[in-house]
Amino acid sequence: MRVLYFAWVRQRVGVAEEEVSPPPEVRDVAGLIDWLAGRSPGHAEAFANRPAIRAAVNQDFAGPGHPVAAGDEIAFFPPVTGG
Amino acid sequence: MTPRIAIQEAPFDLAAETARLTAGRRDVGGLASFVGLCRADDGLAAMVLEHYPGMTERAIARIAGEAAERWPLLGLTVIHRVGRLEPGAPIVLVLTASAHRTAALESCAFIIDWLKTGAPFWKREEFASGAERWVEAKPADDAATARWTPA
Repeated sequence: MRVLYFAWVRQRVGVAEEEVSPPPEVRDVAGLIDWLAGRSPGHAEAFANRPAIRAAVNQDFAGPGHPVAAGDEIAFFPPVTGG
Repeated sequence: MTPRIAIQEAPFDLAAETARLTAGRRDVGGLASFVGLCRADDGLAAMVLEHYPGMTERAIARIAGEAAERWPLLGLTVIHRVGRLEPGAPIVLVLTASAHRTAALESCAFIIDWLKTGAPFWKREEFASGAERWVEAKPADDAATARWTPA
């Protein structure tokens, strides 16, 4: 699956996007965050404050319980501040 | 009614966008516009806006669709700039056209409130001192959006 990062989440992780293949027990957004947080110190820092993280699955906002699967495009970012 | 949605680095021209929305029409009785500008708070030197290409257009199209269901709109334009913007620069334009003022004014307010909380843009502030910080989402913006949802 393709994972995208924006704003300070991107700065902390250190890359704007990456292709990942999490193990089958990763089934939802929350599980993916737990797994990604173990990939590097930057990932751990990016995901340290879970309540500050928002997610989108296939370009729609998604909560922690939203399922994720191979082939999905999943994005992590802070609460939006446009307008 | 097909909304015009644009995400761009270039400035926009309110007069040209207004003309574009009303050209050749005689049914538009009211136009409402909102233009958001970059403020020079706390010695701000520039604001850098980023977005999630693809999702941004989808999110704005959805918000525009909801506005068109709630109000009888004859035209709708949303332009949001990205990139580096200096104080005084326009950031966002919402332009709504309807037969009557209430629909134009209310739908314009609805769309800018939703843009603040429902479209994937992020602002980073750069200061003259060299410091920088990401703008944090404001509870007041969530409250402004929530007022459009029936209790």
